[in-house]
Amino acid sequence: MKTTSFWKEFTKGIVISNPLFVLVLGLCPALAVSTSVDNALGMSIGVTFVLLGSNIIISAIRKIIPNMVRIPIFIVIIATFVTIVNLVFHAYVPSLYESLGIYLPLIVVNCIILGRAEAFASKNPLLHSIADALGISIGFMLALLIISFLRETLGTGSLSIFGARLFTLPILGEHPMAIFVLPPGAFLLMGLLLALLRRLGVIKSE
Amino acid sequence: MTGDKRILISPGPHLWSGLSVSKIMYLVTLALILPSGAGVYFFGYRALLVMVTSVATAVLTEYVSKKLRKRAFVMDWSAVVTGLLLALTISPTVPLWMVVIGSAFSIGIVKEAFGGLGHNIFNPALGGRAFMATCFPAEMTTWVLPAGFVADAVTCATPLNESFAFPADKLSLYKALFMGNVGGSIGETSTLLILIGGLLLLVLGIINWRIPLAYIGTVALLTFALGQDAIFHILAGGLMLGAFFMATDYVTSPITNKGRIIFGVGAGVLTVVIRLFGGMPEGVCFSILFMNALTPLIDRYIKVRPYGLKKAGEK
Repeated sequence: MKTTSFWKEFTKGIVISNPLFVLVLGLCPALAVSTSVDNALGMSIGVTFVLLGSNIIISAIRKIIPNMVRIPIFIVIIATFVTIVNLVFHAYVPSLYESLGIYLPLIVVNCIILGRAEAFASKNPLLHSIADALGISIGFMLALLIISFLRETLGTGSLSIFGARLFTLPILGEHPMAIFVLPPGAFLLMGLLLALLRRLGVIKSE
Repeated sequence: MTGDKRILISPGPHLWSGLSVSKIMYLVTLALILPSGAGVYFFGYRALLVMVTSVATAVLTEYVSKKLRKRAFVMDWSAVVTGLLLALTISPTVPLWMVVIGSAFSIGIVKEAFGGLGHNIFNPALGGRAFMATCFPAEMTTWVLPAGFVADAVTCATPLNESFAFPADKLSLYKALFMGNVGGSIGETSTLLILIGGLLLLVLGIINWRIPLAYIGTVALLTFALGQDAIFHILAGGLMLGAFFMATDYVTSPITNKGRIIFGVGAGVLTVVIRLFGGMPEGVCFSILFMNALTPLIDRYIKVRPYGLKKAGEK
């Protein structure tokens, strides 16, 4: 009984309530940093760490958090983990830190994380909260990887991961469609992806 | 009780002008033949190829998106108009695959994704052009001198570019701009033929005179007031084509006469601001798109007095 619901909490974040494509949360950081697959990976790792950490702590102390001041407490806990991510990225992956820019500290106000704290971790036991955090993080990472893959290949005509050029598209390599690395392209792609997923039946419309 | 058989009872409208969407779009296409012909005359087969590609892609995209949305496909010429207008606003040297992408974007995203003809917020042709200009800035701003059907076109600056060498003889410049013998987009160069096409639409009652007049008049007055050459600014660039064929689009321009004047003045001010102070040499495309976005607001705030009601205070 317990393991099946653990599995259920884990899998629901990947497709059924995917944070980007179904809940449509955290669009601002997601669309801003999805210009390259590298950035998307970095952002997802940061979000995964913060979400896992905050879900664990909040779930563990959920019974002693006074209801009146729960939001400030959530934010302080989340901010602690964001500070750790910020310092670690700055120390070990300075180039990624530079390209993520303001969006790394802004994970503090990412509504996916606060949303999971409020809607899930503050009401559910520790194990389920861990499953929820992992599932949502993987869903976020998958969605971000899809968007960033399309944006990088269309917008620059090539794909490179960690500095290694994987491939260059034949015609687009010479004439990349620059709009896709710009903000309008992010919104266009997001809209088209949502429409496509709805059409394919991956997302169930109410 | 049976009533007189000679009195026909039918739902309105009872008076019908005989104009339909198909017919209007067909007439617009006819009026566009003149500027298109000028494009082919000045830029050769390559311009014709761009136009054919754009129109074919537009119609095909319309067909595919109608099928995807499970709607009936009606050949109402609107896709032809969009495809042709898009081709007229781009340089004849743009690679054909880019034309295909731009034209498919015009119909697929700007028009059909919003619900098809009558529901689109933005002018589809200009939306496609803006997409292409953002995607392929280099190719979209490479212009050639008119060479007719001779091969080897020479790259040049459009008259609105800073690098354009102004001839000392102003009259010959005006003449070249008026006839269309300058570098530029396929259909924007010949003011004369656009005017003939535009006047044809005005006479037929297809377009309203207020938008073109307010638009061109504002550009003229504002450039004159700012100490620029007003005649040059009217004749150069895509102003004529935009004012007569793009800004007057039924779906994306206001429905009231007052609103149309506001629309024209707004587009004129924006065009001058972009041309003189902006980073781009030409601003017709983006200023019309901007006013398209404001159109619902203009329509909302221009109140129309219902027929029969009197103004406040009127006896």
